[in-house]
Amino acid sequence: MSFRRVLAVFAAVLPASLIAVRLFLAVYSWPAVRFNGLGFITSTSWNLGNTYGSPIVRNGVQVLPGAHYGILFLIAGTLLSTLIALVIAVPIGVGAAIFLAEAVPARFRMWLSFFVELLAAVPSVVFGLWGYAVLVPLLGHYVFPVMGRVLGFVPFLGGSTGSGSGLLTAGIVLSLMIVPLIAATLRDAILAEPMVVRESAAALGVTRFEAVWKVVLPGVRKILIGVTILATGRALGETMAVLMVSGNALNYLPPNIYSPISTMAAFIVSQLDSALQDPTGLAVRSLAEVALVLSVISLGVNTLARLVLYRAGLKAARV
Amino acid sequence: MSGVMASGGMGAGEPAREAARLLRMRRRRTWSVAGWGLCAIGFGLLGIAMGWILLMVLLRGFSALTPTVFLEVTQGTGGGLLNAIEGTLVIGVGSMILAVPFGVAAGLYAAQFSHTLFARAIRFMADVLVGVPSIVLGYFGYVTMVEGLGWKFSLAAACITIAILCLPYICRTTELALSQVPAAMQEAAFALGAGEGLVAWRIALPVAMPGVVTGILLAFAISVGETAPLIYTAGWSSYMWNGQLVGSPVGYLTYAIWAFINEPFASANALAYAAAFLVTFIVLLISVTARLVLLRRQGGR
Repeated sequence: MSFRRVLAVFAAVLPASLIAVRLFLAVYSWPAVRFNGLGFITSTSWNLGNTYGSPIVRNGVQVLPGAHYGILFLIAGTLLSTLIALVIAVPIGVGAAIFLAEAVPARFRMWLSFFVELLAAVPSVVFGLWGYAVLVPLLGHYVFPVMGRVLGFVPFLGGSTGSGSGLLTAGIVLSLMIVPLIAATLRDAILAEPMVVRESAAALGVTRFEAVWKVVLPGVRKILIGVTILATGRALGETMAVLMVSGNALNYLPPNIYSPISTMAAFIVSQLDSALQDPTGLAVRSLAEVALVLSVISLGVNTLARLVLYRAGLKAARV
Repeated sequence: MSGVMASGGMGAGEPAREAARLLRMRRRRTWSVAGWGLCAIGFGLLGIAMGWILLMVLLRGFSALTPTVFLEVTQGTGGGLLNAIEGTLVIGVGSMILAVPFGVAAGLYAAQFSHTLFARAIRFMADVLVGVPSIVLGYFGYVTMVEGLGWKFSLAAACITIAILCLPYICRTTELALSQVPAAMQEAAFALGAGEGLVAWRIALPVAMPGVVTGILLAFAISVGETAPLIYTAGWSSYMWNGQLVGSPVGYLTYAIWAFINEPFASANALAYAAAFLVTFIVLLISVTARLVLLRRQGGR
């Protein structure tokens, strides 16, 4: 066999494992997909049924009496926490990127950028630890009660402020985890914009900030959009940090921004033990269906992000 | 610019226009200063958060580091972390042994035959695989290996799952490093009659080696910092690894962070902070080393 053939066989492991992951999840969760139907994503009720009852057969699948699986509350928790994370992270990321690329002298730029990139290397469970031990008590005791009183008239910001573990806390921790990605990618893009663009703007008499804001930044718009979508995918699938600060709500939609929630990724971890109590195995297969739904969503988001970034000419996005 | 304006004709209504221009100018300046300020605040917030997290982990973790942590295994919610330290390293090394040959091969193919359809497929699949949430990979490992093959929570299941997780990172950094090898160098070798294999092994890979090693180091750092997929594949064990590939669970540091911070005992919480210190220290050390290797090669920026 030629070198190229041998190499291709080894290289094929990567695509093959991706396909295997999706295929196995789909096959394994198929009974759950058949039993749960469309109600899986439109109803809010994760109920294993009577674990002492004898299994009955419904839709050709063995189930416990009273079993019902609906994960609308997980989808809501995942999307809302990601939305909050983006609302916080995008402005901070853009600001930090402009600051690093345009305001810092080149001598310090490398070290400050390095500092930002280190934040991206901190493992998610350490973010979770910080959120759990520092942020949750701080927000729950001091910040949220004040917010609830001052901003209580705004829908979704009033009502019981809870213990500090919840939607907003999860959003804040998630935003910290995706800001470095946005800031570093955008900084590189801004630095790569030709100097002549800034000089032409300056020749027209604009201030330096106007040149950056109205000329350079629109030039990297596509990269900003692409990396924001990429960060969305990251936030959707984040597990440990969310698990530790979200309050792990079960079976209700968040009435306000302080309310405990759970996300699809965190739910898969927190529910395995209880799902194993189901002798028919349907609960474990339904968890696989959660993983399937999550991976389909993140596949869509990531494909979109890559298409935007490829078209923006960014061949190798930061991984 | 203002000189040009001032030397212009001084007709009727000129002072009023001049005043309006000054006002507009001042507003633009204020807006610009405010803009820089907001950008600085954005960076400042990021810096504060980073400093806060690192400081918490380093201070609380360092005070929890005792010789016991390194010398004893976990007993209930106390004792040490020797089992977890060993487990983390064994899982990390094991998954690298599995991931490096395939990841480097994929990167090599994508770079050397970059215009073929298969190379483009590899690149795209690698980018998509990076985006697969790690818990989904963990559940895949659970379904196929822990349950399906009956391996139970085991080292093999953990290493294979983490290896899949690391593949795309190794592939992409390898490809990036190889794409920077001058084409003329390889063409010269081809002109001398070297085949594709010889050029790849003896020219391209050696030149790109620092970049490839960087990618492997970063992948190792990822394996040290991962938690979610390991909960589903490695399980947790309070004992040292018994040398078995399948059938027995393995302890690892990130589990200790997650599980022991929830315990109501001070000894357990101290272990969680000690584990967080070790994980953060190892990961940051590797990241800094990897970046320095790259920076030295690129001559800084």
